[in-house]
Amino acid sequence: MVLLSTSDPTGIAYVQTINLDGESNLKTRYAKQETLSKTPEKEKVNGFIKCEKPNRNIYGFQANMEIDGKRLSLGPSNIILRGCELKNTAWAIGVAVHAGRETKAMLNSSGAPSKRSRLETRMNVEIIILSIFLIALCSIVSVFAAIWLRRHRDDLDTLPFYRRKDFSEAKPKNYKYYGWGWEIFFTFLMSVIVFQIMIPISLYISMELVRVGQAYFMIRDGGMYDEASNSRFQCRALNINEDLGQIKYVFSDKTGTLTENKMEFRCASIWGVDYSGSKGDLQSEQVAHEVEVDGMIFRPKMIVRTDPELLQLAKVGRESQRGKHVYDFFLALASCNTIVPFVVDTPDPSVKLIDYQGESPDEQALAYAAAAYGFMLIERTSGHIIIDFWGEKQRFNVLGLHEFDSDRKRMSVILGCPDKSVKVFVKGADTTMFSVIDRTLNKSVIQTTEGHLHSYSSLGLRTLVVGMRELNNSEFEQWHFAFVDASTALMGRAALLRKVANNIESNLRVLGASAIEDKLQQGVPDAIESLRMADIKVWVLTGDKQETAISIGYSSKLLTSKMTQIVINSNSKESCRKSLDDAIVMAKKLTSGSIVSHNMEGSSGAVITPVGLIIDGTSLVYVLDSELEEQLFKLASMCSVVLCCRVAPLQKAGIVALVKKRTSDMTLAIGDGANDVSMIQCADVGVGISGQEGRQAVMASDFAMGQFRFLVPLLLVHGHWNYQRMGYMILYNFYRNAVFVLILFWYVLFTCFTLTTAINEWSSMLYSIIYTSVPTIVVGILDKDLSKRTLLKHPQLYGAGHRQEAYNSKLFWLTMVDTLWQSVVAFFVPLLAYWNSTIDAPSIGDLWTLAAVILVNLHLAMDVVRWTWITHAAIWGSIVATWICVVCIDAIPMMPGYWAIFHIGGTPVFWWCLLIIVIAALVPHFVVKFIYQYYFPCDIQIAREAEKFGNLRGHGAIEIEMNPILEPHQR
Amino acid sequence: MADRGGTSSGGGGNGAPELAKKSRKPKYSRFSQQELPACKPILTPGWVITAFISIGVIFIPIGLASLFASQRVVEIVDRYDRDCIPRNVSDDGVGFIEDAKANKTCVRTLTVQKQMKSPIYVYYQISNFYQNHRRYVKSRDDKQLWSPKNERSSSDCKPEDFTSNGQPIIPCGLIAWSMFNDTYKFSVKDKVLEVNKKGIAWKSDREHKFGSDVYPKNFQSGALIGGAKLNSSIPLSQQEDLIVWMRPAALPTFRKLYGKIEVDLEPNDNITVIIENNYNTYSFGGNKKLVLSTTSWMGGKNDFLGVAYLTIGGLCLFLAISFILVYVLKPRPLGDPSYLSWNRNAAGHLN
Repeated sequence: MVLLSTSDPTGIAYVQTINLDGESNLKTRYAKQETLSKTPEKEKVNGFIKCEKPNRNIYGFQANMEIDGKRLSLGPSNIILRGCELKNTAWAIGVAVHAGRETKAMLNSSGAPSKRSRLETRMNVEIIILSIFLIALCSIVSVFAAIWLRRHRDDLDTLPFYRRKDFSEAKPKNYKYYGWGWEIFFTFLMSVIVFQIMIPISLYISMELVRVGQAYFMIRDGGMYDEASNSRFQCRALNINEDLGQIKYVFSDKTGTLTENKMEFRCASIWGVDYSGSKGDLQSEQVAHEVEVDGMIFRPKMIVRTDPELLQLAKVGRESQRGKHVYDFFLALASCNTIVPFVVDTPDPSVKLIDYQGESPDEQALAYAAAAYGFMLIERTSGHIIIDFWGEKQRFNVLGLHEFDSDRKRMSVILGCPDKSVKVFVKGADTTMFSVIDRTLNKSVIQTTEGHLHSYSSLGLRTLVVGMRELNNSEFEQWHFAFVDASTALMGRAALLRKVANNIESNLRVLGASAIEDKLQQGVPDAIESLRMADIKVWVLTGDKQETAISIGYSSKLLTSKMTQIVINSNSKESCRKSLDDAIVMAKKLTSGSIVSHNMEGSSGAVITPVGLIIDGTSLVYVLDSELEEQLFKLASMCSVVLCCRVAPLQKAGIVALVKKRTSDMTLAIGDGANDVSMIQCADVGVGISGQEGRQAVMASDFAMGQFRFLVPLLLVHGHWNYQRMGYMILYNFYRNAVFVLILFWYVLFTCFTLTTAINEWSSMLYSIIYTSVPTIVVGILDKDLSKRTLLKHPQLYGAGHRQEAYNSKLFWLTMVDTLWQSVVAFFVPLLAYWNSTIDAPSIGDLWTLAAVILVNLHLAMDVVRWTWITHAAIWGSIVATWICVVCIDAIPMMPGYWAIFHIGGTPVFWWCLLIIVIAALVPHFVVKFIYQYYFPCDIQIAREAEKFGNLRGHGAIEIEMNPILEPHQR
Repeated sequence: MADRGGTSSGGGGNGAPELAKKSRKPKYSRFSQQELPACKPILTPGWVITAFISIGVIFIPIGLASLFASQRVVEIVDRYDRDCIPRNVSDDGVGFIEDAKANKTCVRTLTVQKQMKSPIYVYYQISNFYQNHRRYVKSRDDKQLWSPKNERSSSDCKPEDFTSNGQPIIPCGLIAWSMFNDTYKFSVKDKVLEVNKKGIAWKSDREHKFGSDVYPKNFQSGALIGGAKLNSSIPLSQQEDLIVWMRPAALPTFRKLYGKIEVDLEPNDNITVIIENNYNTYSFGGNKKLVLSTTSWMGGKNDFLGVAYLTIGGLCLFLAISFILVYVLKPRPLGDPSYLSWNRNAAGHLN
């Protein structure tokens, strides 16, 4: 909708676009001056709007409007999109240009890509194996049935238990017999029906339930609640919980993810002088600058630390040469932005807070800083700004504004000052600024500023360079003409405007530089340290420049002094290839290290120098989507840290895809901004930070949380648990169903292959519903192999997920062998014990049912690590429930097995059978488990023992290393 | 605000914003933080060895006891299906058994090896008879057996459901139709041994499953006679042979109780059995055996459980001993961090 007029006399409408891009701050939309005065209720407004075709770009709009014979340009700031909410604006009138499905909001809605967990994908392979096994079982039965029918084909008519022919009529005809082929076919189908629980359909349901339970615990984890944003952990995708336990690569955004994205103005370099706030008198300077206007005190919302010397200079004003520069500098900071000041009421009616709302947190920080030094931006309209300069209001006409774009990496504003001079203020990134600065002027200033910039960015501060130029009339006229022309152009307006901007942003005088601290989020260095110890590779992909990225890398412990850095900055494909080749050679030399020693046991230790790779966006342009990808991956896989700086959003996704394509390792992407969305969707697991930069990332993510450091409990604790639980649950479900099916199968061999089941039909139905389902779900949700403390203390334990310890084909086959043994014991012990006896089918069926249920539940009980009362209730409760069900079924006189359980239960043989089945079936599992745990312990096992016996307490690195020496002496 | 007040009822309008402002911090509970008190058993060597020893110690006596009980059971098994066919037709068993005029009486002499205390159970054992065949198992109707109201109830019984003129057959189905009809008469030293045929079926079946007012009707009246005929003046609940037969056997070789002899038999007694060899097992190659057996607390004669218990008990003891040996020879301190995989390399490096 193109705005025509609003309730605001200046034609401003404030909108909130939380539904569109998730940003909660207010944005301003302007009605054109020419349409402001028109009131459609009273007069007819005639006009003609020409606009581009509907598209999904919510940040762009190009159109022009002809009204009263004038052609006006319309841009994204003149329209209100569907889904926006008007705030602080009573009404707005506009012309709808796109409607219905053509609106940008509708065009942007797309389904999230569906993700499937790695474990589930692997599980499907095993399910196929089980299916083959099932088909094999059915085929065996069919073949045997065929052979039997063939051999008895002459007897079938009168066989007392077959009776093919119905002799009640004169001419005997076949009864329920459709020929040899059909009988075999029916046998096959029937065997599929009887054995179908081999394929654990209920497993999928249990997995979903378990995931819901796991999600509940993740959400409820008090350790992952962020006080500051009042946000809990959010589980947005329910089917990849267990993938969290196998993450090998973490791709992290920097801004807002590693850092808080709360910018704080730290220091400035003005005209070659460095003003870094001294530390001694912080408290005294904390008093915020206040301005009294019309009896009201205005106070900026955020308090900025100020440098007293600079404050003094700013106060003195333009008298001295130095003061003039300071004045210009802060004027630039206060004006060269798109900040909108809001006046917020406080409990004290005479005090008003000024809240700066803007799109970029850097600008906010700078505006607050300017306000702290007395340059308070009070009002902004499309035509002018009012700046309060130490109580004196000054009005500047905004003649033109060249917005920030990522190509120029700078923005400029052309101000008409009260003294009628026209000045252009430019601020931008240092690399692009120095190319437009007139280097002939004040060489020393430029040099010292560059020096300051370097020292700032090595402190991890974000730097911006501010420059200005006074325009003379002809220059201004020339620019104005070009600007108006460009901004009403319909085709290629952006390019034209950029050209205009480039023209005006030249030969600048450097005013100084500002440095903003991008505060690291709480606990980031520790988190990264933990992740690294867990053998997770952390890649940082940031749009920041290399120095900032590296400095953040150091401050977040990503890079350490021990590390060798390989930097790749190339401007062409060839140089890129060359530097990659060199880097690979070097990395090989460093990482292979020198094998230091061989000892008697034959284990070897190697000293490895960790390598950090730093690569920038320009190089990546040449690398991605070319054959160099392979090399980059080879190199990157040798490096423990990879920092990519100056990368575009799509490149982020490209890097994630690069790793995902080439390894089977799991990738996780974490980010908070709209620029991370592509990366989050591309990675196996996407984590969104509900931070400052809006909610797009959260919307696209699978999990969302408040802070980066929650990644550690998420992966190391919950991920580990989820993986262990899910892996065990899948195996156990395979085992549980296969035991039952095999018992049925063995019996079929004794029934002429006709698929009679001694086990009651109800029992076989209830088997996976009531008898055995609850314990696996409870264990899948509640079992914890290790406590949270241990897992956090020893991040290396996360390696179990990397090594796929909880679920792999070896375990699968072991389980299947165990299954075979257990089913054989459970079936043949009663069979032989009741051989040549009067036992009837329902009775022995009850025995088999109970044996199978007790067996699988005890098997589970043996593998449970933590017994809480819920686990006890589930396991023993299931066994009791089974007994009750069996008794109930046998108490129905209409069932063939009426009273069977009471009869067989009255004989001691029944009980001796149950006892020996359970013990004999579980002995191999128990022995193997014990031998593995005791003689080939995995890390988890040792940690578990340590947890129980407290050996790990207080073991520092030295003590750990001393243990093997002390041990032989003690023995 | 006025609008919102309108939509929410009464004073609720004030509460809503307050709730929204409330901290979303998850409430602490031991459950939601997964910190429920729990016991975490670990397989320590001591624990495992104790478990194995105790299994061994418990199982071996059980095994010995049941083996002993099984050995004390005296059992006489006599296969008579082949020998009860006259020599001249020995290769045509089916023809002989289907010949209604042939004399099927057969006399067997059994010698008692050991003293048999009463009650002595008389069983017939049939092999190769698939009473668990799907077609066979389903061919019965429990409702019909239970109440005369349901006499026409079922079609499961086909082809033995209705006579050719549409009268219901009671009891219907293949199971009843194929009822065993050999009879045995026992005598020792010309003195008749009474066989008590009361109470051979389950009490529960007699009282609740087979109706006391359901009488056999049109039974074995078809063209093909499968087995025994029933006295149609006796209700089903008292036809104990039928009730026994109607409990489908689990396995193709099965025994069914024929009756009880309630006198002791002394060693070297010669029992003369007069068998009416009526039942046709020849058509499916099954054999028939007559079994006289005493019982013990473990049931009939079956050494399997005793042997199994002894085997498992022995195995567990053996495992316990080998674990003790290995434990003494090559112990591993539990929970020693130096065994952790990431410490092992470092440790190796030090040595």
